[in-house]
Amino acid sequence: MSDNSVLLRVEDLHTWFELRRFGFFRIGHVRAVDGVNCVLGRGEAVAVVGESGCGKSTLARTILGLYTPTKGRIVFDGKVLDTKDDKAMQAYRAQVGYVQQDPFGALPPFMDVRRILDEPLVINGVKDPKERDARIRQALEDVRLTPVDDFLGKFPHQLSGGQQQRLVIARAIILKPKLIVADEPVSMLDASVRVEILQLLRRLQEAYGISIIYITHDLSTVRFFSERIFVMYGAKIIEQAKTRDLLDNPQHPYTRALLNAIPDPDPDNAHRFREVPGGEPPSLMNPPSGCRFHPRCPAIIRGKCDAQIPPDLELEPAHKVACWLYADNVQRESA
Amino acid sequence: METNGFLHVEDLILHFRTAAGTVQAVDGVNFQLGRGRTLVIIGESGSGKSSLAKAILRLLPRNVQTYRGKVILNGQDVMPLSEERFRREVRWTKMALVPQAAQNSLNPVLRIEDQVSEPLITHGRVSSKEAAMDKVRQAFRLVGLPVDFLTRYPFELSGGMRQRTAIAMALVTEPDLVLLDEPTSALDVLTQANLMNVLKRIKKEFGTTFVLITHDIATASDLADDVAVMYAGQIVERSSADRFYREPLHPYSKKLMASVPALKQDKQLEFIPGRPPSLINPPKGCRFADRCPARFARCAEDPPPATVDGRQVKCWLYH
Repeated sequence: MSDNSVLLRVEDLHTWFELRRFGFFRIGHVRAVDGVNCVLGRGEAVAVVGESGCGKSTLARTILGLYTPTKGRIVFDGKVLDTKDDKAMQAYRAQVGYVQQDPFGALPPFMDVRRILDEPLVINGVKDPKERDARIRQALEDVRLTPVDDFLGKFPHQLSGGQQQRLVIARAIILKPKLIVADEPVSMLDASVRVEILQLLRRLQEAYGISIIYITHDLSTVRFFSERIFVMYGAKIIEQAKTRDLLDNPQHPYTRALLNAIPDPDPDNAHRFREVPGGEPPSLMNPPSGCRFHPRCPAIIRGKCDAQIPPDLELEPAHKVACWLYADNVQRESA
Repeated sequence: METNGFLHVEDLILHFRTAAGTVQAVDGVNFQLGRGRTLVIIGESGSGKSSLAKAILRLLPRNVQTYRGKVILNGQDVMPLSEERFRREVRWTKMALVPQAAQNSLNPVLRIEDQVSEPLITHGRVSSKEAAMDKVRQAFRLVGLPVDFLTRYPFELSGGMRQRTAIAMALVTEPDLVLLDEPTSALDVLTQANLMNVLKRIKKEFGTTFVLITHDIATASDLADDVAVMYAGQIVERSSADRFYREPLHPYSKKLMASVPALKQDKQLEFIPGRPPSLINPPKGCRFADRCPARFARCAEDPPPATVDGRQVKCWLYH
């Protein structure tokens, strides 16, 4: 990707949380993000998928500037993010929208719709009340909370779950951000509303050229949503590829297991058992040595997978996988 | 549908009293289920599916306004039974429930073994603590949990393990019928697939009858023999899973199926415009009429269920 088309570059990112006993003795770290490298293009939508506890939300919140990285850096629009520089952070936050998982929890219960949308404008110095009003109306139109006048005076509890999530999206786009980070935006919604919200996000992405990071554990929705997928396991990205490529041709044993475990609606499912790797996701306090999936991996190479951390191997252009199974192939090709 | 059903629910009604009016959470539900089969009840949130489970098990909150109908289990109508007899003879002896968010329903200060053996002891199913522990160990093996976890506390177990514990607790008294309320919704994909395998095995080996309540249509297909679709407190379609998944009949079922993303195939996803009606003042006619693409004049009247070669559809299109 050429430098100008890159919006966000994440380099060797680590976010560790210190653990203390009795608030005093340091007893270790939770390595929630542990060496993540990725690139996001302008106007591109990527999905980050993984199970709970794999670090995907921490990655999102580090990108949002809510956590300070322990190591590594985030380059946004050519500038390195510095969470200690308050002025720069305020400018950064105006360019990055956040769509939370639980819309009701994300909306202040005592503010009406107009005030919820007015706040970010006031904070970011839009002084003209007429302009603010026009932008509030435009944002509500954009998320199809229409007729706008019916909604302006409502409070969050008067809206349905889907409408609340639209309001959260309206708040995320009202400052015309370059990037939206959506953390499980539809996991609390019903199936029929889910599709509606994802289509809405997709439309906004296309209309305004916004980049989107879509964090989810639900692989079945990403086919319709994103251009690329990052698969996270044990605080690392273990495979990344174009959506179609990853779904049709998964390479990492974990990605394969994950795709295998997801049922399509099909009555024949009742007659077969699914192959699922045993065991539990790794502890992020004491991650396994070598590849983090090796204790559960059906294709483990003893002496290698449990000893050395696999490098990111580029199998095809834009298809990277961190797995020792492919080390020989790639080396032979390059030799 | 089989006439010698093992579970019959007839005209079951459960209305709640609230400040805003009467909420018709379950409004005239009928179904039959054969022994050893699994019925999946699909519905969106607020469609009354959890209330239906509670109504069948008579686990009612205080603000019940109307509660009537028939629940016939194995030939016996359990509705006229007194509360005490129902508790002693039916609940957890003949039918058990795995509640929603079961992984958070365990008592944090009791060891796992004490909790799982509790139904056996309170129902007087075993003569001694030792006999109870034997059964508990059996149930644990059944759901695929290591027996040495029995002496641990709930916080020492992962979410999937706690969910299995709740299932073991429902199975320990060897009930004929197990109601599962959203058993996998809070779990990760791999854990979910694992759990569905466990349930399948139990169904195969022991012929347990399950009623699975869920909004996850894709996962439901893992276990379903029969499918019932709930909308606004009523069952709008009921059919065998084979036929339902291939060709749903009710316009709501069709729309619902069109909104389910499939991983392995390309399909255009649709959503259902509008929102479900309020259960306080539901429309007089068909409750889906407002959002239905196939609506016509007669939809203002309430449609009775129609039978289309062995399938029940509550829609005027099929009359």
